[in-house]
Amino acid sequence: MKSQISPSRSLTAVVLSGALVVASGAMITAQDAEPDLSGQSLVISNWADYMPEDLPQRFEEATGVQVTVANHATNEEIVAKLTAGGDSGIDVAFVSGQFAQALGEFGVLAELDHEQIPNMTNLYPEATELAYDPGNTVSAPYAWGTTGLCYRSDLIDAPTSWNDLLQPADDVSGKTTMLATERWLMLPAQKALGFSVNTTDADEMQQVKDLLTATKDTLLTYDDTTFYSRLVSGEAVLVEAWDGWCNYGIAEDPNIKFVVPEEGSDLWTDTMVVLDSSANKEAAHAFINFILDPEVHTWVVDNILYKVPNQAAMEAVDPSLVESFPNLGITPEELFEGEELVDLGEAAPMYTQIATEIAAQ
Amino acid sequence: MTNGPSGPTESRGTKRRHGLWERVLLLGPGFAYLLVLFIIPLGLIVSLAFFQRGRFGGVIYDATLANFQRALEPVYVSVFIDSVVIAGITTGLALLIGFPTAWVIANLPRRWRVVALILVVLPFWTNFLIRTYAWIVLLNSEGIVNGALRGVGIIDEPLGLLYTDGAVVAGLLYAYLPLMILPLYSSIERLDPELREAAANLGATPVRTFITVTLPLTLPGVLIGSIFVFVPSIGNFIIPELLGGGKTVMVGNLIRDQFLKARDWPFGAVLAIAVIVVLLGLLVLQSYLSRRTEAGADA
Repeated sequence: MKSQISPSRSLTAVVLSGALVVASGAMITAQDAEPDLSGQSLVISNWADYMPEDLPQRFEEATGVQVTVANHATNEEIVAKLTAGGDSGIDVAFVSGQFAQALGEFGVLAELDHEQIPNMTNLYPEATELAYDPGNTVSAPYAWGTTGLCYRSDLIDAPTSWNDLLQPADDVSGKTTMLATERWLMLPAQKALGFSVNTTDADEMQQVKDLLTATKDTLLTYDDTTFYSRLVSGEAVLVEAWDGWCNYGIAEDPNIKFVVPEEGSDLWTDTMVVLDSSANKEAAHAFINFILDPEVHTWVVDNILYKVPNQAAMEAVDPSLVESFPNLGITPEELFEGEELVDLGEAAPMYTQIATEIAAQ
Repeated sequence: MTNGPSGPTESRGTKRRHGLWERVLLLGPGFAYLLVLFIIPLGLIVSLAFFQRGRFGGVIYDATLANFQRALEPVYVSVFIDSVVIAGITTGLALLIGFPTAWVIANLPRRWRVVALILVVLPFWTNFLIRTYAWIVLLNSEGIVNGALRGVGIIDEPLGLLYTDGAVVAGLLYAYLPLMILPLYSSIERLDPELREAAANLGATPVRTFITVTLPLTLPGVLIGSIFVFVPSIGNFIIPELLGGGKTVMVGNLIRDQFLKARDWPFGAVLAIAVIVVLLGLLVLQSYLSRRTEAGADA
């Protein structure tokens, strides 16, 4: 007997039932917490050598997401790219906390979905209430530390004050360097004069400018990146340095030591942010979660010699590493004696102008 | 004449039309290139100078002359003057070294001239940054020059050679000396030795011959060589940054900082315009002097 159902109707039936199967399959997979990362790729921008070389590869193996790494040399450089309008092509960027705050206010950052980052619970409680982004709504902390003086203990006496750098003794003069990026350029003078590192008072900044202008003649050079090798070679004996970066010098010459001057210093945090223009937000969240995994984050510490705000990771760091690099042992309580850096809002151009004028003297 | 076989009036007309098309086709690509890649960007820069920097480094399109006022502040004027001085010293030294070198090369036997010229140009085959870094290795306080002087015992403490204005001049001179030697060589080679003989026969001393005969005749080469050294020197920011250590700031560094670090494009545009104006002035001067000399030579 001929079938009572016409071919078109049977085709419709097949298609409909097939769709039902697929839909139920999708519902089943949706009940998994795993988002579907296939087909996503990540472009990450970070400072060079600021994460272990094999980290992108390990992430690719764990999740199947292709990772491309771009480099930026300074916060200002990556902020310029991200605020230039349009899609910068970057999914995850590593920026310092105060710049994450500025980018958040500018509106280019995606709000972090903490459900996709369960490893956030590994952070120190203090690292969830950081001044530039309380609650880590648009940024996730990656590394933190303070700024201080890095020096050759076999060539000079231990410095105690920022003035040992700003108004150096005769045997030290001409063998010092300072950081050139504006917030950290101002820091030593601000602390030496007793001001806040986030001050926007014009009179205070004028005094800072005068002090830094006088210091400029005593400097060997401004240096953000190679100051530790100058210490190793002896070209410099006393430099302004981030604590982790000083460790690269200590690794080559144990005579190099790090100290935080008595006037105090800052607490800086480098963070990971996700761009709102990113089409790969799930992969970006997975990446952040991957980094905050204690095993991975401990590997980061071992590799880049910086402290991380991840309590589970820091507790797993090999004690002999802390012995070789004492500033890895700075506790969060001690870190918080430093003043947290925040964005300066409308006053930011003032700092830029002062930095330009100091450079032009 | 009007009724020749080829109709001169018609052929003159067709020739004119062909002439116009030829001109358009030949000049067109060059002019289009200049328009798109030079005149339009220049116009954009000039217009940028009248606006303001936004909080995050963008541009706010509120017209203002504040950037021009800021550029006239003593701080920036002194950077400008320093840049002109450093570029000027570099050019002067390049002349002092380049002229005798070019003279000697021009007077070498033909076959050695080519070798000499190749040797002059050879450093250009190496990367510019590597050549600059070589100076860092030479001049730094633990470097080769200091090491040699201390080894021989002439000095005890290392000399502060690097991160000074002198280091910047040395770097610029080394980088652009070939650009002075080549035009000078070209000018000197074209000198007619009989003119010098004639001057000697008329009783002029060698010094007087040099000043009144040789120098004016080689002036075009001197001027071109000077422009070739002065222009890149004044705008340079790599050499002042690497060899000056961020302490010697030239106008090129300021402009680079405004665009990349401070992200104050309007102010950077004003500084850039100032440099362009100075360079245009120099080119006008060079062209005027050149024409006067050539007129004199033809007379």
